[in-house]
Amino acid sequence: MPEGQFKEGIVGGRLAADQYADNFSDLHPPLDHHEALVESDRCYFCYDAPCMNACPTSIDIPLFIRQISTGNPIGSAKTIFDQNILGGMCARVCPTETLCEEVCVREVAEGKPVQIGRLQRYATDVAMADNKQFYPRAAPTGKTVAVVGAGPAGLAAAHRLARHGHDVTILEARPKAGGLNEYGIAAYKSVDNFAQAEVDYVTAIGGIDIQNGKALGRDYQLSDLMRNYDAVFLGMGLGGVNALRADGEDAEGVTNAVEFIAELRQASDLSGLPVGRRVVVIGGGMTAIDAAVQSKLLGAEEVTICYRRGQEHMNASEFEQDLAAANGVTIRHWLQPKRVIAEGGKVSAIELEYTALNGDKLAGTGETLTLTADQVFKAIGQSFVPAALNGSGASIELDAGRIKVDGEGRTSLAKVWAGGDCIFGGDDLTVSAVAQGRDAAESIHRSLTQG
Amino acid sequence: MADIRNNFVGIKSPNPFWLASAPPTDKAYNVIRAFKAGWGGVVWKTLGEEGPPVVNVNGPRYGAIWGTDRRLLGLNNIELITDRDLQTNLREMKQVKMDWPDRALIASIMVPCEEASWKAILPLVEETGADGIELNFGCPHGMSERGMGAAVGQVPEYIEMVVRWCKQYTRMPVITKLTPNITDIRKPARAAHAGGTDAVSLINTINSITGVDLDSFAPMPTIDGKGSHGGYCGPAVKPIAMNMVAEIARDPETRGLPISGIGGITTWRDAAEFLALGAGNVQVCTAAMTYGFKIVQEMIAGLENWMDEKGHRTLDDVIGRATPNVTDWQYLNLNYVAKAHIDQDACIKCGRCHIACEDTSHQAITNMVNGVRHFEVIEAECVGCNLCVNVCPVDNCITMEPLAAGAMDERTGKPVSPVYANWTTHPNNPMAKVAAE
Repeated sequence: MPEGQFKEGIVGGRLAADQYADNFSDLHPPLDHHEALVESDRCYFCYDAPCMNACPTSIDIPLFIRQISTGNPIGSAKTIFDQNILGGMCARVCPTETLCEEVCVREVAEGKPVQIGRLQRYATDVAMADNKQFYPRAAPTGKTVAVVGAGPAGLAAAHRLARHGHDVTILEARPKAGGLNEYGIAAYKSVDNFAQAEVDYVTAIGGIDIQNGKALGRDYQLSDLMRNYDAVFLGMGLGGVNALRADGEDAEGVTNAVEFIAELRQASDLSGLPVGRRVVVIGGGMTAIDAAVQSKLLGAEEVTICYRRGQEHMNASEFEQDLAAANGVTIRHWLQPKRVIAEGGKVSAIELEYTALNGDKLAGTGETLTLTADQVFKAIGQSFVPAALNGSGASIELDAGRIKVDGEGRTSLAKVWAGGDCIFGGDDLTVSAVAQGRDAAESIHRSLTQG
Repeated sequence: MADIRNNFVGIKSPNPFWLASAPPTDKAYNVIRAFKAGWGGVVWKTLGEEGPPVVNVNGPRYGAIWGTDRRLLGLNNIELITDRDLQTNLREMKQVKMDWPDRALIASIMVPCEEASWKAILPLVEETGADGIELNFGCPHGMSERGMGAAVGQVPEYIEMVVRWCKQYTRMPVITKLTPNITDIRKPARAAHAGGTDAVSLINTINSITGVDLDSFAPMPTIDGKGSHGGYCGPAVKPIAMNMVAEIARDPETRGLPISGIGGITTWRDAAEFLALGAGNVQVCTAAMTYGFKIVQEMIAGLENWMDEKGHRTLDDVIGRATPNVTDWQYLNLNYVAKAHIDQDACIKCGRCHIACEDTSHQAITNMVNGVRHFEVIEAECVGCNLCVNVCPVDNCITMEPLAAGAMDERTGKPVSPVYANWTTHPNNPMAKVAAE
């Protein structure tokens, strides 16, 4: 029996040493050659295909699947990368069940969509294993562009700008590039250090200089970038985590889920990673699911997600909810945190209040429930921290706390574009960030070459 | 319960499903397995004349094409007639026939186109107790280069001559197997008929190259960098075979000549279609080579169920029932008007009907109605071509609905005429016969 299995509190080593690798292996193992051929044969090559329209990056899905079926996975990968240079990661992390696969005509007809995500992974894996680079750079334009943040939006923008012959400098606050792909994705969705391999693949085009440890507002100001570069693309993530607004949330053992997820992804030895015996996760999105499932996989005995609304309101897809349930996570609805109960400064339980909809308004019913917990994860959303933007010079216009952009990704400041989680109106998906970065890059290119 | 016992030119078998002369009938071991599985008869793999047997290539003998999910659609082969000693084959045939008296056992024969050769082998075959012989005038590869097989089948005069010899030197029923590698299948059938054949069987395999190896630039199957055309068979050839069966069945010169139907028969339905077009029984090979002998159980049960459902008591109630409905194009009713109809509940919105019609036909199917993907036939444009039905992945989602006489055809703006009228009397036909005065 592993030593830590029944230990109270937040400890590591709850599982046998060999269990960790099993638990954190690939969620969707890659299709082998035969499986890919069988699956690709299922595609009907629809006209004006619903899958393609559902893809935020508008990948020509029927075409790339047909290319797999005809024995041309390299051509297939190019079809994918033409629209989405991070097609490899999107194949792994896209909630396909609410995007392309949800509208696949075979989902409509049989309840069994073509496994578009796994086919996309097959094709992109083949091309990346071969380090097949499809895009030569255009002749140098002499123009320079600064990209803030090496996440999906920034990388997509940088690649497209580099293709057009511009020189790109990416300024990244964290020690590694990749953004949420590196720090924010559950470990079993991106194994074998794929995020870094993808960064290498994307930057292999040349003309992209990534500088790590450079935080906006701390190490440089937006006005510096506007002065020193021909254009700026802002692709920052969400720096703030929403508070529980419950008494006692400062107790030891109350943790931001995003930090836990990041720590887990960066851990070289999972057995050393501490987790509570009884874990409560507050929230209803992907982050809540990722934190809950991974807690369970690290050996937590009881993991409960508490969400303040009903199942139908959860941001986590049905697939993600099922994944949690299959891993032994309990999901409870209509419960909001009221008070964190601590003993000796450490969390020991959480008191929750039942909720109900009163018309459109959610309100506590007064009835409460107390769950024993030695660890509480906050996963009730993140917020954009705009302070870093406005260190000097003109301030950028915001909308509902995020950067306001037009249809091409232009901000209120000339020469400054933005995309990804930091802009208003997005859906916080990796694939949407890629589309925004790509499209902003095209807009920047037009602006730089017309001027 | 339908009675599917078969009597083909006096040869009786418990069902109309025979295995064609091919690798599955090369020796007693396979044939016994086939009989155990339920096959009504076999045509033993073609015997050659006495002496050193033929030799086969020692590399690939088969090539193929596939459909979705790598389902085998067409198979080709470059295998020759039996490469086993004649006496061994005869001995095994005799034993098998003795052990399985209720099953049909036919000997397929191919010897040089000389009277002496045929005269020599026929008594040997007769001695086995075989129920009949099939003359292999069809094999298109290898043997044809030596003046046998298709080389005979392509010259009607040779067919007639050899059939005559066979009728002269044996009392066994003679089935003449025809090659499809010919322009007009009626010519060899007529020749066989003139020679006195009891029946014809068709089709043998079609000259084909199934693929090219794009690394070695050699046709497939590839033997040491080279390839030769092989004989094509399997589901892909069924439409060709059915047309040839029908052509012979409705030819005034050969009408009534028994036909053993061969070519891509895989299911009971395929068999029923051949019977309806005039075949007296069917022979199967590729389906068995793809799935094993067990498929005959589906064929038997399927045929019986269908006959029961439709009230057909014996095979004679079915055989040739579709033959009178096979006609020349010039006699088709030009006043018949049908329009495609899409069942919106069954439609899965793949859009293939639209793009097929839009890009390659008559622009008669919508793809967007009021901003929503919606696929609907525009009757004013629809010529009733059936392409949408054929490309739709859902069975019975798109159907061709005939317009009743008197109904308005929105494409022509004229009501549908109740009168049958064909090209022979059409005003646009310069050769039109003047209507009877």
